[in-house]
Amino acid sequence: MEKFSYINPARLEQVPGLLKDDWQSKVIAGGTDLVGEMKDYIESPKRLINLKSIPGLDQISADDGGLTIGAMATLTDITEHSEIQKNYTALAEAAGVVASPQIRNVGTLGGNLCQRPRCWYYRDPDTDCLKKGGNMCYALSGLNKYNAIFGGGPNYIVHPSDTAPALVALGAEVTILGAGGQRTIPLENFFILPTVANPYRENILEPNEIITQIHLPKPIANTTSFYIKLRERSSFDFALVSIAGVFQMQGKKCQDLSLILGGVAPAPWRSNEAEQVLRGQVISDDLGERAGKAAVKNADPMSDNAYKVTLTQNLVKRAAVMAVS
Amino acid sequence: MAEWGEARKSSLLGKYTQRLSGPQKVTGQAKYTFDINRPGMLYGRILRSHIPRGTLTALDLSPAQQMPGVKAAIPLIEVGKEIRYEGQEIAAVAADTKDIAADAIRAIRFDYDPLDHVVDLGEAMSESSPQIRDWENNQSDRQIDEKGDLQAGWTTADAVVEATYSTEVQVHTCLESHGHVAEWDGDQLTVWASTQAVFGTRRDFARHFELPEDKVRVITEHMGGGFGSKFGPGVEGRAAAKLAKETGQPVKLMLTRKGEQNTAGNRPSMVQHVKAGATKEGKLVAYEVSGYGTSGLGGGAGFTGPYVYQVPNYRTEKFNVAINAGSGRAFRAPRHPQGAFAMDSLMDELAEKIGMDSLEFRKLNDPNEIRHAEYDRGAEEIGWNRRQKVAGSAPGIQKRGIGVGSGQWGGGGGKGTKARVNINSDGTVEAVTGTQDLGTGIRTAIAIIVADELGLQPTDITVKIGDTLPGLPSGGSGGSQTTPSVSPVVKTAAMAAKESLINHLAEKVNVAADEVVIKEGSVTIGNNQLSWKEAASTLGMETISEEGSWDENLREGGAAGAQFAEVEVDTETGQVKLIKIVAVQDCGLIINRLATESQINGGVIGGIGYALLEDRIMDGQTGRSLNSNLIDYKVAGAQEIPEIRAIAHDTDRKVTGIGEPVTIPTAGAIANAVYNAIGVRVRSLPITPDKVLTALEEA
Repeated sequence: MEKFSYINPARLEQVPGLLKDDWQSKVIAGGTDLVGEMKDYIESPKRLINLKSIPGLDQISADDGGLTIGAMATLTDITEHSEIQKNYTALAEAAGVVASPQIRNVGTLGGNLCQRPRCWYYRDPDTDCLKKGGNMCYALSGLNKYNAIFGGGPNYIVHPSDTAPALVALGAEVTILGAGGQRTIPLENFFILPTVANPYRENILEPNEIITQIHLPKPIANTTSFYIKLRERSSFDFALVSIAGVFQMQGKKCQDLSLILGGVAPAPWRSNEAEQVLRGQVISDDLGERAGKAAVKNADPMSDNAYKVTLTQNLVKRAAVMAVS
Repeated sequence: MAEWGEARKSSLLGKYTQRLSGPQKVTGQAKYTFDINRPGMLYGRILRSHIPRGTLTALDLSPAQQMPGVKAAIPLIEVGKEIRYEGQEIAAVAADTKDIAADAIRAIRFDYDPLDHVVDLGEAMSESSPQIRDWENNQSDRQIDEKGDLQAGWTTADAVVEATYSTEVQVHTCLESHGHVAEWDGDQLTVWASTQAVFGTRRDFARHFELPEDKVRVITEHMGGGFGSKFGPGVEGRAAAKLAKETGQPVKLMLTRKGEQNTAGNRPSMVQHVKAGATKEGKLVAYEVSGYGTSGLGGGAGFTGPYVYQVPNYRTEKFNVAINAGSGRAFRAPRHPQGAFAMDSLMDELAEKIGMDSLEFRKLNDPNEIRHAEYDRGAEEIGWNRRQKVAGSAPGIQKRGIGVGSGQWGGGGGKGTKARVNINSDGTVEAVTGTQDLGTGIRTAIAIIVADELGLQPTDITVKIGDTLPGLPSGGSGGSQTTPSVSPVVKTAAMAAKESLINHLAEKVNVAADEVVIKEGSVTIGNNQLSWKEAASTLGMETISEEGSWDENLREGGAAGAQFAEVEVDTETGQVKLIKIVAVQDCGLIINRLATESQINGGVIGGIGYALLEDRIMDGQTGRSLNSNLIDYKVAGAQEIPEIRAIAHDTDRKVTGIGEPVTIPTAGAIANAVYNAIGVRVRSLPITPDKVLTALEEA
């Protein structure tokens, strides 16, 4: 990797100033993604700001308003947290299927949300793809088995996070600290799709901004949530397709729900179409089937990933069936 | 002529013995080549091509040479030569630290004129493909094998199956990458090598540097996997030694994971267009196949067929296809897994077509009686009668199925090993030979054989292997040859040492030799009983040191195997979950049952990766591999491994090798189980969810 300076701030407020706004700095938390990128020269920041030197960023605390998770909480912390297991099951399940136990022990929630894409062209040090400032998306004309079926163009990455779909489905808010202070927005608005003007980023963070915490609303009665991840290798793999479901039920009737897909789009992907089919209805196998079909109505598969359409359709159906079982 | 004799009554042979190096390995004390650090050692690193093809027009090492901490930089290709694949070696450096070495190779400048490349098997065969080696349409000469009268065969067939089976390029993925630590002392070269052949590697180093072989020493105390890919110094070994010579300092050069995956060998892919016919009574009567595969730029693609089955009339045609990729190397049972997967699938398809049980059909066409017994034993163990009578007929979304696969291997060993057993006057016993332990357990096997002969325990024996210095050569560890090659010589050495001790004691107390009995840690001479140590102490200033000799009668080749798989296929997600694998393997006479079962487990695990996960992906646009890492190239992890019932099938045969046969039948068994579960056949490995879903949709 290239040389860099390593800065250990003592206080959170120092971070935006240390990051500057020239895109030459990165914060490092668990480092499980960033260090790999640096070793492969995908990212070569000049300065690393170490968030581990700031105390208190890994706290998980429940209060009247819900649950607050510090960005530095590890994925293992989250998976093993009893309140999260009980009331925010989708998040506990999602954090528990990220990568491998070793990575979950050091990988943080903030890092998991801000991790970079896994597209193999992006990760090839010698391929100058659109995402890295080049002029073409190699996946579009090349091998795209793992790429997007929704929201693609001009690049076709999929967002690799497991916790992001779960948190979006659970209605999480994210607190962002920047030079001008902090702001809190719905996590769903944090992630962005690529555009011709800006195909480089996956979220709205400015160069001098960081995630400091995630806030989850108080659990609503009669609500269940879960996360299902399909992958080729169970031991350690990114999702082919995943789904986070949050269902507020009255018997077999679905009062309200959130269905967020992972592994299918450049951002966590809300299936409005499937939600519409299920919302306010008594869920049956047949309705689940219809929801699955609705979910993929607007899918736009590439040359090698039509199977993801089938997977998505079946997974939405499976989620609906799970909500009533 | 020596015999294993009462081997089955032995308290050691064929019993469960923990491997001697186990505690060292789990505590991290075992020193692999990666762990060797020498005083003043430099770190070597190789600059590799990022392009698949082009002519090198300029190479400037000076930016690296001028960097502080860089001690040497050498070219590994001449300007004007053709770069032929991603990862091809361009230059190497040696530097004070790993980081400086990594920076230094990036500082080296090289230019090239790009040439058209091809990395896709099908494209390479087309007339429009660039010609990338001296084969017409990038295809080697056909290798044709014919028997009987194929046309006559077809006329007698009641059922014919035509199908195309394909297998992926599999990469060895050695946990310890290829590499060496090279150190010169004047004109004496010492190399710590991660190798399967210390003596072969010594010879290759000596030839390359024009040294007498006795000036080169190669050491492999422990090594982290070779699977057929580590039989000589390679470019990286020669570069390490050259850098060490230029700098006068030891150099460690281990391949990066990317270099390892792209350039250190692979199992060639295979496409087989097969047509086969059988009578309704269940006899194979005709078999015709045209198959081709790629091992990159090299040869070695191929398959076994009709494999373990007898067909009176057949024609097989095989050829290699060149692409711009690193060359294949021997890989655990070369050509067999490709052949077995296709034949196992084919036999299943034919059996169904003639309405016969797949196992019965196999038995009718496979003359090997040991495998017949293994079929019966495995069928019982897996519950063959539980399989779906009509494939895919089980209700529900998750469907279970059971399948069978078969394998056959030689592994008889051969002469060429020298071994010595020393009994020292303090009672210690050394067994010395120039073999090497790839992790398969030969170190422990040697200790067991010597201990068994001398009435001691394996832990009483100091086994000295993996070093050329004692001058007791042995062959490379490949072809499942190590145990059958080494065991006879070690056994006869131990017998000779025992006889020497007996003669010495008999002479000492003036009794006949047959009055001296060595057994269970003690020595009885007439009515006197001495401990082993007391007996050895009578040697005084002497040491007993005896060489063994090759004994044909102690080893045997030809290991039959059968495996059964039970799977659960999720028809909505295409995921194949393994429930159980039963592996019944003829292992000849077993030295260490624990290590044998461990070998079986290892072979099955490799077979699971081959069946369900592994696949080297080449990108046509860039000509580069897209998954030369351990995230995207998916080897099986703990959660992919089901219950494995490893059954070492005892026979009255002699010592044989089983490193290879145990990985052969796995993929066929799994593929047939998948078919039995869902009623749709996936004829292409690896069987990934996308293929299963696509097959289900097309059905």
